[in-house]
Amino acid sequence: MISFRRTRAVARKEFLHILRDRRSLIAALAMPLLLLMLFGYALTLDVDRIPTCVYDQDGGPASRDLIGRFRGSRYFDVRALAGSRAVIERAIDRNEVLLGVVIAPDFSKRLAAGQEAGVQLLVDGSDSNTASIALNYAEALALAWSGELRSKAMNRRGGGELKPPVEPRVRVWYNSELKSRNFIVPGLIAVILMIIAALLTSLTIAREWESGTMEQLLSTPVRPVELLFGKLSAHFALGMLDMAIALSAGIGIFHVPMRGNVLMLFAASAIFLFGGLCWGVFLSAVARSQLLAYQMAVVTTFLPAFLLSGFVFAIENMPWVVQLVTYIVPARYFVTILKGIFLKGVGLHVFWPEVLFLVVYAVALFVIAAKKLRQKVA
Amino acid sequence: MWERIWEIVRKELRQTLREPRMRALLIGPPLIQLIIFGYAVNLDVENSAIAWMDQDLTPASRELRARFTASRYFQVVEEPASDLEAQQALDHGRARAVVRVLPGFARDVARGRTAPVQILLDGTNSNTAAIVGGQASAIVNRYSAELLRGRMREKLVAAPGPITFAIPTINVRSRVWFNPELKSRVYFVPGIIVNIIMLVTVMLTAMAIVREKEIGTMEQLMVTPIRPFELIAGKTLPFAGVGLMNMLMITVAALLVFNVPFRGSALALLVSTILFLMTTLGAGLFISTISQTQQQAMLSSFFFFQPAFMLNGFAFPIRNMPEPVQWLTCLNPARYFMEIVRGVFLKGTGFTILWPQMAALAALGVTILLLAALRFHKRLD
Repeated sequence: MISFRRTRAVARKEFLHILRDRRSLIAALAMPLLLLMLFGYALTLDVDRIPTCVYDQDGGPASRDLIGRFRGSRYFDVRALAGSRAVIERAIDRNEVLLGVVIAPDFSKRLAAGQEAGVQLLVDGSDSNTASIALNYAEALALAWSGELRSKAMNRRGGGELKPPVEPRVRVWYNSELKSRNFIVPGLIAVILMIIAALLTSLTIAREWESGTMEQLLSTPVRPVELLFGKLSAHFALGMLDMAIALSAGIGIFHVPMRGNVLMLFAASAIFLFGGLCWGVFLSAVARSQLLAYQMAVVTTFLPAFLLSGFVFAIENMPWVVQLVTYIVPARYFVTILKGIFLKGVGLHVFWPEVLFLVVYAVALFVIAAKKLRQKVA
Repeated sequence: MWERIWEIVRKELRQTLREPRMRALLIGPPLIQLIIFGYAVNLDVENSAIAWMDQDLTPASRELRARFTASRYFQVVEEPASDLEAQQALDHGRARAVVRVLPGFARDVARGRTAPVQILLDGTNSNTAAIVGGQASAIVNRYSAELLRGRMREKLVAAPGPITFAIPTINVRSRVWFNPELKSRVYFVPGIIVNIIMLVTVMLTAMAIVREKEIGTMEQLMVTPIRPFELIAGKTLPFAGVGLMNMLMITVAALLVFNVPFRGSALALLVSTILFLMTTLGAGLFISTISQTQQQAMLSSFFFFQPAFMLNGFAFPIRNMPEPVQWLTCLNPARYFMEIVRGVFLKGTGFTILWPQMAALAALGVTILLLAALRFHKRLD
């Protein structure tokens, strides 16, 4: 039978441990804030104000009009007018501009004569993501301008006004302003919980193995399961506190929409955190050294939660082998739940499979961790 | 003096390489990052799952659908019959977008009115959503432009006066430099060099010193005739070697496995790596002076690594950050090294263009190393 008294004693000791180690405590509380600030303020994948350099070989009214369009768009920041192609090349080499627009010499003349005129876009493709977005924007801008020109010419010719036959109307759901902050901040909760759970826990408990106090604890009448619960409860409280900090900062400072049920959010976090903590204990028991436990925790929890959870990098874009791997990453399920609650405002009827997986995962890790501790006792 | 330094170097190397698990740690993280960033992290958006909701069911709407499915960007995974089903497809994440052709589409097109095509995007991942929205709009616009051209021709033929087909158009040609296929892999893999060197050398250096403090062997070292400078050199040089080895490993993998081009000078890369190592070893040394236990050292190096990693432009362009944060990145050595590595690999730039970054690295390196060495010295006395 699990004794509540013994569990509580271990938990009390663990709480004291955490409270006394000021530096680790501050680190544990500052970590979510640091990550939130970094991700919320500094990191955005949104592409706008693309530094652009224009080489206008024409200098006629039409080319000036087109350049004016680039200047007027919020997606482009026309930094300079180059005098030659070489200037653009050098500017791209030095990372000063990303996009070069070269307008052919007879641009205005050809357009006035109703002929085809050329515009060349030179783009620094090294950052493929930014480059393809920049190209999309530039091409769309040029095409729209060209369309206007065409209908103006038609009107002059008395052909009557022509409207575009088909028009795309794009509506964005869940994140209508398309802010990357809105999906990064909720996903960050998964990363923060993983850091607290596996990193911090494996470190503190590995230290006990290293200094031998774990053996002393195991030789007392306290049983492995009680020890596990006691150890976990203190770190569990710390993790939930971090979660609350992240949640309130996300809503209060970053104005991330919270459309779903807060209780649901806490429940899902608790399950995820519990599993992570059990994994931390297991790692520390296997590694028994702080350095190793830390490294193993980084590789098995932090990196997958960061890279393979769909938190920043979309899983759908990965090759199918890697997509298969993501199915065993618990953070993947948790991130899906987080985005569902925060942005989509959906409930259990949509993400019950994810919750079910998290429950199974937490229970399995608890059993594994308890077994490992029992092994060490025997 | 060199003899004493060499002794420490030997001891340090032996201590680090003795344990098989530590050896694995030197190979593991670079390998994992290579696999993940080489294969898994892919910001290129293709084959997006979409739901096609055709409420018109005419040859015109089917033609539009054919345009979508023929492009490599989209595949239709379901055909919702009602708004509710369309919403569910987005709610469950089965489709990234719903394209809705409204009833009367073909009739409006035929009568010369503008027929809207609704594109509902799942905006949760704003980056993907922007790209998908752009791709879908481009397909619709191209279809529209073709229809328009046909219609103009009819009108012109019907118009009085001489018949002319002269319609002004502009012809946009794009040329992509450095990475013509626009693969994220080419962009990410060289950057891994920066992350790995930072991750491995900062922590190894800090831990190597703090471990001795924790077990108390530092005092034993102090009573030997070794001087602080020699101790510092002996404690950092092995990890500089580890860093160079990691650089070499990743470069070879980038060239052979991932087919990343190497267009610049190897010498520029080597010199910059050494400059960068000065900053990371200095940071490791500094962390060791402010930490008493290994746990503190690890947490501190985590606090150093996180901002240095996020603000170096590896995954998130510095250009997009708010201005104050952009200024802050000027203090981040990894930012300069990232620019150098990408310049050397992808753009083929060398000393002539990259010297400001190298100068910044050298200045930061000397400052950090000096600060750390002074602090270290004081601690020992």
